Amino acid sequence: MANTYSKVGEMTTNDGVPLKVSLRRSQRKLKLWAFLLVAPLLVFILVSFIIPVVNMTMRGVENPQVANIMPNVVETLENWQGTELPDEAVYAALVTDLTMGRKNKNIGKVATRLNYERSGMRRVITGSARKAAKLKEGPYKEQMIKINKAWGDIGVWSLIKRESGTFTSSYLISSVDRKTNDAGEVVAKVESKQIYVNLFGKTLLMSFSITIICIVLAFPIAYLLATLPLAKSNLLMILVLLPFWTSLLVRTTTWIVLLQSQGVINDLLVWMHIIDEDGRLQMIYNQTGTIIAMTHILLPFMVLPLYSVMKTIPPTYMRAALSLGANPVTAFIKVYIPMTVSGIGAGSLLVFILSIGYYITPALVGGQSGLLISNMIAYHMQNSLNWGLAGALGFILLVIVLIFYALFNKVIGIDKMKMG
Amino acid sequence: MAIPIYAGKLERTWYYSYRVICTLIFLFLILPILIIIPLSFNVQPYFTFTPEMMSLDPAGYSLRWYEEFFASEVWMKSIKNSFSVAIASTILATTLGTLAALGLSRPEMPYRALIMSILISPMIVPLIISAAGMFFFYSSVNLAGSFLGLILAHTALGIPFVVITVTATLSGFDYSLTRAAASLGASPRTVFFKIMLPLVTPGVISGALFAFITSFDEVVVAIFIAGPEQRTIPLQMWGGIREQISPTILAVATILVAISIMLLTVLELLRRRSEKQRGLTPG
Repeated sequence: MANTYSKVGEMTTNDGVPLKVSLRRSQRKLKLWAFLLVAPLLVFILVSFIIPVVNMTMRGVENPQVANIMPNVVETLENWQGTELPDEAVYAALVTDLTMGRKNKNIGKVATRLNYERSGMRRVITGSARKAAKLKEGPYKEQMIKINKAWGDIGVWSLIKRESGTFTSSYLISSVDRKTNDAGEVVAKVESKQIYVNLFGKTLLMSFSITIICIVLAFPIAYLLATLPLAKSNLLMILVLLPFWTSLLVRTTTWIVLLQSQGVINDLLVWMHIIDEDGRLQMIYNQTGTIIAMTHILLPFMVLPLYSVMKTIPPTYMRAALSLGANPVTAFIKVYIPMTVSGIGAGSLLVFILSIGYYITPALVGGQSGLLISNMIAYHMQNSLNWGLAGALGFILLVIVLIFYALFNKVIGIDKMKMG
Repeated sequence: MAIPIYAGKLERTWYYSYRVICTLIFLFLILPILIIIPLSFNVQPYFTFTPEMMSLDPAGYSLRWYEEFFASEVWMKSIKNSFSVAIASTILATTLGTLAALGLSRPEMPYRALIMSILISPMIVPLIISAAGMFFFYSSVNLAGSFLGLILAHTALGIPFVVITVTATLSGFDYSLTRAAASLGASPRTVFFKIMLPLVTPGVISGALFAFITSFDEVVVAIFIAGPEQRTIPLQMWGGIREQISPTILAVATILVAISIMLLTVLELLRRRSEKQRGLTPG
């Protein structure tokens, strides 16, 4: 390549290599160097963070139980039309799989998995597995239906067939309060079981309210900090930074101490005779508690970006507007506020993204009504152990957060973010 | 912001009410943190001011919750755990993060935006999802319930802060200084250690402080990954608040506030230093 273009008169380095080539070579070397500096961290984050997070959300669609533990049933069911009960071959396969599953002690996984889709399936599977082991010879169809009449139900068979793939959409369907009925249609769950859509809605609404309250509270003090002389504003800045640097649990604890019914605020109100002893306000272990505590915790995240934007606005603009005859309020609304929009945007998105995923504070001060979607994911991770559903809910939450993050990146750019 | 002499009555009223509003908001920010300090000296196991405390009677105050804290083996162990995990993950995060930031701020770096968003993703992904994902990952490599697992998990969470602060410092870095040094005969090594490092050090240290506090204050991932041997202070507090909130927690909280005041002071001194170095001395 190099020689083809190397003509007399072209610029070359001392050893005769054309300058262009030599430059490109050294550029490539620099590029490699830069990449090598980043590589260890990149590998670390990819392996220990990105892949695990993707895996966790993938649990929302993975469905290995039926396919792995009942391979014979899955195979024989392949050509089943679903209009009438399957034939003897399927029942024989069922007995084989149940017996094997019981022997390998993993039939419980299938039982749990199918129970998510249809309550009662856990007992159908484990009970049948116990009894099927005792069956001597076929034909099995009659005998299985006698063991449990669920095996004479086409709905049960279509459920097994539907969940026989290695991937399933059922967790995702369940996370939006829907389910698949026997006919294979996606329908709404009964009203009392519709929780997740409401919870997502509540999480978004509460995050939105917290963001708005943060804007309202942050704007005046950010303006004060930006317009005061530096020595004074540095001093006041400590009042914003100290909460920012204080442990989250400390700040949550302090709100429990302040807000609980035997706490400082209620005592103060009783002492001042604003409320009487029986009229103590319930300000915690509900939505109010969550909103107050989270606003306090997230407020610095609004003040700091707002302050750094306001700091760059020259006071001459306002003076110009005033000297041109605008009254102070008009000048403020028409001239000053539009210049702070990028700060408001940065702060709002930051506060909003953080509050959508909040877990600790709602869990401690939220009671029942103040819980957010993260708490539900934690519940499925730790208590109900329905990791598939946790994965599906996590996936939806992650998608929502990433959409807002993309917006954040587009509006502000993460590398322009300042901290401390 | 000082009010002009010629200001009218309306302006004066507005000026003072604005000051009052700001004071109230500042009080909202700071009072809840300060209020636990006197409460932690309460002689009674209550979370409110007793009449004795209000009348400043010394009998209303005591150090009993601090004694309980320092006498408790569990709390002492959790302090040790918290510091060792936080220090180890800070060192890891700072080293890896600074190297990466150096690479990222080179003009030749390919795919910068993509890599940047991967590196800061631990800050964006909701903690509960990170915690669940890491729980499955560290269990699969047998590191759940081990110090190494917790340290590595906290390292991942602290890295975005290091990367962001160090790249921010480097973005204002004057590369002609390194070229000047090189042209005066300094080797790349000397340039790095004598020119580059001293100038980015404030950024590195503040990134390290962020990484430290991230780990020191982290509880969600710890809930999932730490075993009984790795209980940290936040984890201990989390358990304490959920079960039976004891005033010992307020004593711990006060100590943690003191630690954050210390960190804040260090950070403020660093900021002043770096502003001075860049010739931006505050007025």
